[in-house]
Amino acid sequence: MIELRNVHKAFGSNHVLRGVDLVIPKGTSMVIIGGSGTGKSVLLKSVLGLVRPDSGTITLDGQDVTRGDRDAFLARFGMLFQGGALFDSLRVWENVAFRLRQGARKLPKDQARAIAIEKLRRVGLKEHVADQYPAELSGGMQKRVGLARAIAAEPEIIFFDEPTTGLDPIMSGVINDLIREIVTEMGATAMTITHDMTSVRAIADNVAMLHGGKVRWTGAVSGLDATDDPYVQQFIHGRAEGPIESVR
Amino acid sequence: MTLTAPLAALGRLVLDMLASIGRIAIFAFQVVSHIFRPPFYPREFLNAVLQIGWFSLPVVGLTSLFTGGALALQIYAGGARYGAEAAVPSITAIGMVRELGPVLGGLMVAARVTSSIAAEIGTMKVTEQIDALTTLSTNPLKYLAVPRVVAAVLVVPVLVAVGDSIGIAGGWIVGINQLGFNSSTYIKNTVNFLQFWDIGSGLVKGAAFGFIIALMGVYHGMNSGRGAQGVGDATKSAVVAASVLILAANFLLTRVFFGS
Repeated sequence: MIELRNVHKAFGSNHVLRGVDLVIPKGTSMVIIGGSGTGKSVLLKSVLGLVRPDSGTITLDGQDVTRGDRDAFLARFGMLFQGGALFDSLRVWENVAFRLRQGARKLPKDQARAIAIEKLRRVGLKEHVADQYPAELSGGMQKRVGLARAIAAEPEIIFFDEPTTGLDPIMSGVINDLIREIVTEMGATAMTITHDMTSVRAIADNVAMLHGGKVRWTGAVSGLDATDDPYVQQFIHGRAEGPIESVR
Repeated sequence: MTLTAPLAALGRLVLDMLASIGRIAIFAFQVVSHIFRPPFYPREFLNAVLQIGWFSLPVVGLTSLFTGGALALQIYAGGARYGAEAAVPSITAIGMVRELGPVLGGLMVAARVTSSIAAEIGTMKVTEQIDALTTLSTNPLKYLAVPRVVAAVLVVPVLVAVGDSIGIAGGWIVGINQLGFNSSTYIKNTVNFLQFWDIGSGLVKGAAFGFIIALMGVYHGMNSGRGAQGVGDATKSAVVAASVLILAANFLLTRVFFGS
């Protein structure tokens, strides 16, 4: 279980997180929605320790994420970055197998490559892609490779940062279905940030809406349409008029 | 308010500068402390040796060749005023191995390598590849900085040695073709005149410049701002800082080695 309590983070005068409280139960898929610049990415990076909160606590199974063995902590995570964040200088299979080739439990090259090819197949990519470089792939393929890399070491927790941004609707659908299937079959805890409502409905068990540096609303995805919260209603229906200022 | 504003601006500038120096010093210390602690990345190291050393040979070679030739011409012209034309081989050699070989070699490698390291790592930062490294339990300092810094410290002295030799050869070509020197006399004068420390000091300078070259590239790359402009600024700052630091370090090292 991931638990955030009263998390604050400011960058200079820009107070991005203003007391975020959020609980993500083990084995569930939480989707964080909210407009651009509301601190969704900062929140996600705070859990991973890439950004250090100014105050508040973030715990994973009761343990403070800022303390203890970082490698052991990070080994439990997989992350799909917004732009893929694939390493340009490495071939696709080396990207996917990156974690498997590091650390004390480093696998031999052949074994790591075999696992990478299996994961690439899982995300719908053929074996010949394994020896290409990321720059040779389309955006959708890069996203799939990023997804394969995120699940390569079979993590307990997977983070998805805007998984469908920049993709056409069909490819977005493919990625959404893949995420849902993978999270379900691995029994992983998932945290996704997005502003794509199709993604939300496809991926989420629970939804939290971030606005003004706080969690404005949280609940099951089935309650999203029923809520009378004007912020949520404006957001999910994409209205220009409402309590959320359209010019931010 | 208006009277104190310039003072405040000056103070801010000095404080910013001191803070930058502090940050770079801490970064340098962190990089050095990681050199001796596993994990090591031999593949990254070999790739850095290739990129920094092998691919810099043409630019260092050409720079040295033309500099050695020009140096011989200048020393001949200057020496003629005192009837000291015969000093061309020895002064060209000492000028190349003590000063021009390491400094020009260092500056050329800085232009080629510091810029490329800063742009590459800056782009990795902007596209979240450095965050990705961290989430994959890989320390970016160990994976990106250490291999490049160690490679540069080891290969820039080799580049300096190659540059020294080619520079002396440039002087020799001009000497025998244009200034009327006898080939074997030119070579004998060069070899007999040079002492071990003349060459050794240049190589030590090369190692120091190598450290500066890679460190500035990595530091500015990792601290790059957002977007294309951020990477552009990081690259520019890295090359400027490396060049200035190479010239300052050259003065300090020359003072230490030959000041007395």
